[in-house]
Amino acid sequence: MANYIKNMWDGVYTVLVGMKITWKHMFMKKVTVQYPDEMYPIPKNARNRLQLYADQCNGCNSCARICPVNCISIETLRVTPNDPENPKVLEDPENDHWLPRKLWVTKYDIDMAKCCYCSLCTTVCPSAAIQHTTDFEYSSYFKEDLLYHFTAMTPETVVSKKQMLEEHQAKEKAAKAAAAAKAAEEQAKAAATASAN
Amino acid sequence: MAEKKTFEMEYSKVDTERMRLNVGPQHPSTHGVLRLEVELDGEIVTEVVPHMGYLHRCFEKHCEAMTYPQCIPYIDRLDYISSMNNEWPYVMGVEKLMGIEVPERVEYIRVIMAELNRIANHQIAVATFGLDAGAFTPFLYYFRDREEILAILEKASGGRLLYNYFWVGGLAADVHPTFKQECLDVIKHIRATNAEVTNLLIYNKIFIDRTANVGILPADVAINFGCSGPVLRGSGFPLDLRRAEPYSIYDRFDFNVVVGKGEVGTLGDCWDRNIVRMGEMEESCKIIEQAIAQMPDTGDVQEKLPKKIRIPKSEILSRAESPKGDLGFYIVGNGTDKPERLRCRATSFINLSVLPEISKGYMIADLILILGSIDIVLGEVDR
Amino acid sequence: METNIFIQLLGNNWIAYTAIAVLPLGFLLLYALVAILAELKVSAWMQDRLGPMRTGPWGILQPLAEVVKLLQKEDITPDLANKVLYNLAPYMMFTGAYAAVAVIPFSQQFVPSNINLGLFYIFAVSAIATIGVVMGGWASNNKYSLLGAMRSVAQIISYEIPAAMAILATAVLASSLNLNEINTVQDGGIFNWFIFGGPGPWFKVFVLPFTFGLCLIYMIASLAETNRTPFDIPEGESELVAGYHTEYGGMKFAMFFLGEYVNMFIVSAIMATIFFGGWQSPFGSSIMSGPVWGLFWFLAKVGTVVFFQIWLRWTLPRLRVDQLMDLGWKYLLPMSFICFFAIALWKMLI
Repeated sequence: MANYIKNMWDGVYTVLVGMKITWKHMFMKKVTVQYPDEMYPIPKNARNRLQLYADQCNGCNSCARICPVNCISIETLRVTPNDPENPKVLEDPENDHWLPRKLWVTKYDIDMAKCCYCSLCTTVCPSAAIQHTTDFEYSSYFKEDLLYHFTAMTPETVVSKKQMLEEHQAKEKAAKAAAAAKAAEEQAKAAATASAN
Repeated sequence: MAEKKTFEMEYSKVDTERMRLNVGPQHPSTHGVLRLEVELDGEIVTEVVPHMGYLHRCFEKHCEAMTYPQCIPYIDRLDYISSMNNEWPYVMGVEKLMGIEVPERVEYIRVIMAELNRIANHQIAVATFGLDAGAFTPFLYYFRDREEILAILEKASGGRLLYNYFWVGGLAADVHPTFKQECLDVIKHIRATNAEVTNLLIYNKIFIDRTANVGILPADVAINFGCSGPVLRGSGFPLDLRRAEPYSIYDRFDFNVVVGKGEVGTLGDCWDRNIVRMGEMEESCKIIEQAIAQMPDTGDVQEKLPKKIRIPKSEILSRAESPKGDLGFYIVGNGTDKPERLRCRATSFINLSVLPEISKGYMIADLILILGSIDIVLGEVDR
Repeated sequence: METNIFIQLLGNNWIAYTAIAVLPLGFLLLYALVAILAELKVSAWMQDRLGPMRTGPWGILQPLAEVVKLLQKEDITPDLANKVLYNLAPYMMFTGAYAAVAVIPFSQQFVPSNINLGLFYIFAVSAIATIGVVMGGWASNNKYSLLGAMRSVAQIISYEIPAAMAILATAVLASSLNLNEINTVQDGGIFNWFIFGGPGPWFKVFVLPFTFGLCLIYMIASLAETNRTPFDIPEGESELVAGYHTEYGGMKFAMFFLGEYVNMFIVSAIMATIFFGGWQSPFGSSIMSGPVWGLFWFLAKVGTVVFFQIWLRWTLPRLRVDQLMDLGWKYLLPMSFICFFAIALWKMLI
């Protein structure tokens, strides 16, 4: 019987205690952040959309290698020496320090649909060219829209650069071949003289 | 006598049929994509068969193709509620195999981060357990506080849920300058909410009626099934890896191992498992306070490492106390920068195996509560 | 019919009768919208949230938006469902709830149907809602729905009897089953309401705990009747997905929803009428009373009770089905018997 009454009392009392707490909360400050109007403060180092600063990228490919999900694909092209444009890489953005560029980045695609936001690519980048931004509102209806192309080179320039490189390489090859032929000739000559002696 | 016999025969003619019911994978209370094949006699559960694998991502095999740092984002996604605690045993194991000692400041930050994440995990566990019992309000109180914890973790690591913060040999980044103060502030809020929820939910008569004497797991059964964490401690067995074999710097802190006592029902019931989580939140707060007081203010957070992390031919089973229990990684190195084998001793998976054993004979509403009290995350169960 | 205000205002013609018939329906639809908004907002405030804020100023159009959304949805009937019963069930539930409105005295002058068996009638028709639940649950051909329906049947007896005992006790006090009559008896200020023992000399304080207890018992039983937390066992969202209306969508689900909210209104109205004096002003019949004030007091009282139901819902966890029966048979029923006995004794003495 005592148990019976205690049960009944517990039932009523604990419910009243709970009701008191919820009643108090009715007049407490609300914590809702009204999202599109107000924004939750995002820290600077938040890992959201990736951004490539193409000026700073030297095409070393370490980001693509470290990426666990292979969402970065890079294609590079050697810069022809004595390229008329004289391309440069921004080595130190704060001091505006530029270095001569060794590789054209002809393709730099990031598939943000695959990205797992682990920030490994930003850590391995030697020149801080790839960075996470705080922008997270980029959802899209189509997966293709999430494939970001970061390089500013048009296909025509790529073709022309490729051609230039090929010409240069052909020239180099010819020069090399000529040099080799010359050397062989000289060698033969030397050998001939040696044998003559 | 003859009449009684006729009655029995009449009774035996009554045809009853057991019903097979699929609970999940699309069900609000299976905490993910778990399917329970339940055999019901009326509302009484006579048999439970958990079917899992809906979230299988080939984690272990996948990691064999990944370098050691690349594995960490995948390890985050095992138990996505407490990522920091998942990373810890893995990086600890790799560090041991490489023979690296991490700086002291790193150890303190790791302890604080892991304990903050443990609190966040237990908050979700208690909150969803209340939700399974039908109480919606404590759920949102806890989520309000969890938001503050996640804000701290986000400020430090950059991620809200999947941190990739514990790296081999240190941390991804140093903590922000206001870190200590923010931690102390959030502990205050956690304690206030815990006190509130204790009154609102834990000692509510209806909640006690629902959870006490339900899903009783005796300690010997728990040990036989390999349970760990709050599921084991709820049965009164005080096994906590932080105390039993103190890794990192846990031997420097003063905390209690919370165990279930059978306060309102039988030892090892759902209520006990839940109260262990409530108690552990308080213990985690204590550890964080001590760690903040002892933590050196400045120092390196990343040990110098070779450019490629290579592990010689060796193996290790590295264990740590994750919020769900004893989480272990068995790492086999083969001299390259990729593991030969990476085996995960997934706590949720092993804890879930006890469900069919302890849920027989209870009603279907209790089955959901028992499942909630085990606190599984399907990312870890299926891997 | 001479007490009906519409016939007095508009004369004895078809307009008056249409108004009498349509007004409660329109009123209930409006009430349902307000109650849904209240549910959303109160639950949000209790959980430190703001609730809906973006539909209209301060989110007041949210329930309307939800109704529009439900209207737009495809009307699906599962292939293996019993089509007739499946489609009939939501209307059955709403009908049961709506029929009870007929005898609710909104004001002294406006009682849609002032019959002498008002209380009895309400008890008869409010059980129809359960038939709707069972029909829906069975006809859906879904195991979860079936379990929900069976639970509903199992729980109806355990809460109907204590509720009936609680109400009969007040019928004894008022010596009438006519709801308007019961209200009229509670004339003369807040302390003459039946929750405080009804009109009587000072020594009615001895009967006061019993009437108060009856009010509590009816409150608990009415929560079970409206399938709300802590007794939302037939729905039991965490174990039975959505219980008996798992398979319902679109407008049929809206009908179930509406039926549930109307049911809330009915039990609140009965509580207000029986225990809180209905349309009686709390300050006695001379201050702030009259047909319009009566309506105001009635709605205020109903609103308070509805608020209580919402408040309880967002505070408490859910009981198990056997625990509800335990509560109904072992606690509510004996307590209601004791209260009934005490009140009957008091009525004989007085």
